[in-house]
Amino acid sequence: MIKEDIIKRLPYQAPFLFVDGIDAISENGITGHYTFKEDESFYEGHFKDHPITPGVILIECMAQIGLVCLGIYLLNDELNVSSQTKIALTSHQMDFYLPVLPNEKVTVISEKEVFRFNKLKCKVKMLNEKGELVCRGTISGMIKV
Amino acid sequence: MTNDELITKLKAIIAPYVQDEKAFENLTEDTDFINDLKVNSANLVDIILDIEDEFNIRLENEDMEKMLDVKAAMLIINTKLEA
Repeated sequence: MIKEDIIKRLPYQAPFLFVDGIDAISENGITGHYTFKEDESFYEGHFKDHPITPGVILIECMAQIGLVCLGIYLLNDELNVSSQTKIALTSHQMDFYLPVLPNEKVTVISEKEVFRFNKLKCKVKMLNEKGELVCRGTISGMIKV
Repeated sequence: MTNDELITKLKAIIAPYVQDEKAFENLTEDTDFINDLKVNSANLVDIILDIEDEFNIRLENEDMEKMLDVKAAMLIINTKLEA
């Protein structure tokens, strides 16, 4: 399965698609990236005159790359042209270390911990362009065709 | 293992995932994980993985599909332990 196909299969679109590209993917994990554009809608309100990417959006970005893209890859055998994946976030635990500002590119690295009975649990971290740790934690979700 | 021992072990496994504490206090063999205890689908998987560890058994998709209430869980565990 090629990386572009995975992104095409994502059930998101602007302004809520937070995946630009996949750098590496295997049965065990995924690395992908996203650049937060200056005109993302949430910067208008978070915060007033002081745009910083909300933590929930960082988690969303990590979940889209680290769980959903990886999950689509893992489900590849069950997918066909028209099938749509059904996904739900079920839990997460996250620690935050650095803010992400407009125009910053982040890299998400996710390692599969468990994928059984449609539950995917991953250890996920986000790095900024300098390679500094932005946040890390675990995210779980249910994913099926 | 007697049924009471098995239920005690199961209750310890299920406890962290229960949303409806009252239903959990009144747990019987007929208690349904999702409808009565209000466990979510991801936590039902956690319960199954914890059952595997506790009883040192391997559960398959067909077991997962059947494991909807306490009675079914007991039956599946006993069947696997005897196998």
